[in-house]
Amino acid sequence: MPPKSEFPLQSLTAARVVVVAGKGGVGKTTVTAVIARAASSAGKRVLVVELDGKPTLAELVPDLEVLAISAPEALDEYLREHGFGRIAKRLNRTGVIDVVGTAAPGIDDIVVLGKIKQLERSGDYDLIVVDGPAAGHAITFLTSAAGLADAVSSGPVRAQADDVLELLHDSERCQVVLVTLPETTPVNEVVETAYALEDVVGVQLGPVVVNGVDLGDPLPDDAAARRAVADLDPATAEVLLDAAAFRRARRVMEAGEIARLAAELPIPKVTLPARSAAGLTSADIAELAQILVADTVEAHP
Amino acid sequence: MTGAGTYDVIDASTVIVCCGSGGVGKTTTAAVIGLEAARRGRRAVVVTIDPARRLADALGLEGGLASEPQRIEFDSGADSTGADSTGADSTGADSTGADSTGDGELWAMMLDTAATFDGLVRRHADSAEQIDRILTNSFYRNIAGALSGTQEYMAAETLHQLHGDDRFDLVIVDTPPSRNALDFLEAPGVLSRFLDHRLFRLLMLPTRGGLKVLGTATQPILKAIGKVVGSDVLADSVAFFQAFAGMETGFRERADDVVRLIRAKETSFVVVASPRHDTIGEAVWFATQLVGQGVGVPSAIVNRAHPAFGHGTATDAADAAVAALTAGADDLGVLWDNVAALRTMRDLELDVIAPLDDIVGADRLVVLPLLDGDVHDLDGLMVMAGHLFDHPAVDG
Repeated sequence: MPPKSEFPLQSLTAARVVVVAGKGGVGKTTVTAVIARAASSAGKRVLVVELDGKPTLAELVPDLEVLAISAPEALDEYLREHGFGRIAKRLNRTGVIDVVGTAAPGIDDIVVLGKIKQLERSGDYDLIVVDGPAAGHAITFLTSAAGLADAVSSGPVRAQADDVLELLHDSERCQVVLVTLPETTPVNEVVETAYALEDVVGVQLGPVVVNGVDLGDPLPDDAAARRAVADLDPATAEVLLDAAAFRRARRVMEAGEIARLAAELPIPKVTLPARSAAGLTSADIAELAQILVADTVEAHP
Repeated sequence: MTGAGTYDVIDASTVIVCCGSGGVGKTTTAAVIGLEAARRGRRAVVVTIDPARRLADALGLEGGLASEPQRIEFDSGADSTGADSTGADSTGADSTGADSTGDGELWAMMLDTAATFDGLVRRHADSAEQIDRILTNSFYRNIAGALSGTQEYMAAETLHQLHGDDRFDLVIVDTPPSRNALDFLEAPGVLSRFLDHRLFRLLMLPTRGGLKVLGTATQPILKAIGKVVGSDVLADSVAFFQAFAGMETGFRERADDVVRLIRAKETSFVVVASPRHDTIGEAVWFATQLVGQGVGVPSAIVNRAHPAFGHGTATDAADAAVAALTAGADDLGVLWDNVAALRTMRDLELDVIAPLDDIVGADRLVVLPLLDGDVHDLDGLMVMAGHLFDHPAVDG
């Protein structure tokens, strides 16, 4: 079933802040780069934010502005800007921030989200694409604001949490794009995460990106394939038939998972074709970005 | 790449630690090793940390995993002792020649970080009153759930407990999805360092034994911290450190025991990766650290590589495709194109894997093929075990 989104880019960039989230290995960073690249090509002023300290993103979109945000730096900056410069110095010097972070879990996340909110407010960017936090932390990352607002009754951290909650609850300012693969476990996880984010965080979900789908040319069916190899020596024929059977089986499995995802999670999907993650380059990203501005994308059954 | 070393790992170890980046099939690999060990007559328990119920999925457990070890029935091919076992003996357990004694068992459990930490507190506390004060402190609840490294530490602690449990002779741990696999090695030290922290000393030294929460008001730095995070949060932290006084030594000794076990000769590491730059990079780095620290050379498993189709090169296949298309044999051309694409994919992957091969050596590296289905049940695990142990997967 084709995803029902004529212009994937429009729905992917419907809010000014897009947090790209998904389990490890699903291609979160790739999708972040692809959205940023496509939006930039469409004339938007784009900022890419990465939280993992990985250099990958800058390599994938070499000409775009990429900002790495780390919690200690964001906290330090926040404290300085709010008249707590002396504390900031001492917190850093004594390393007390670890203890404070443990006392009020989520404080790391909240200062990072707070920094993103500040960038969004600055008006310098039409779109901020955030390569979400490491595997499994999307929900805690995004619930940190609500958690802190409950735990901390006053002070600058509380004020920050309130601002972040406002951002998360405004669908024009912020949405989450979940990334998954057309396989059983990733599909299960994305469905769980989607409902948790809607229920617990109350954040707007953008389209789900199904990454790594085999969209190659259709293969002849088994009967046609057998006819085609009839004149070859048996060993060679077997290689060709095995390879075709392997590819077809993967495609059938993928189509089944995509159909299941459509049934279990009734929100728009965007499909991206498989690329060799072994050697993804900025050229691949540019090519994938083209797909987001083209018409509907359809998986071969 | 024969992976002969993987048998040795199972036969020679009492603890196997599976580590690697998230999303590489670490949990599934831990389950496969557990399954194979059980088939070879070991009483194996697999501990998983990932809260996503992946192992439960992989083992076909509908209700999810419990935090107590749970016996998994499986078709051992050599008659397991389980009452429900079918006892069919067809799955090729004869290929190893090692045992098939038929008394192998497979157990699985989910790590319960908070409960494990509570258990440690109970063990080391002096009094019921101290236990109570700590367990109900909200700062403690945060530590138990959120202090970075706590999960790794509790995984190591659980490993230690299971190692001492007579029901099992092999413990397989699936490590938490840390950014850094080395965290697991260092985790037991995390709490010690935390307790050594300046804030702790700041609070405890001046008035040891008698510090009241009120005392914080007299310390400018604490007052300042209180302004930032709120005074109630700070009061909880202070109360925790007070309640914890006296327990540091017990905790530290236990942590030392756990570290000794992790570094023992009978503990093996299996580094799991997928054929991508980032996960291989992580695996190479971790293997380098293990070797550098004298822990030993780990085994390595690379999941989900494209299988080899025939012996020719991608270029051969692409040429054949062009020839076929030129001759008007369209279907044959498409079939050759498919082979070319799959071989290209595999070549790229083998290039990426090469540095891992360099460090662990070919006999300790197994490259498992991407299967034409998804591994999410016991049958899928059996297929994977077949690739991992019975039919050395590929000749790269």
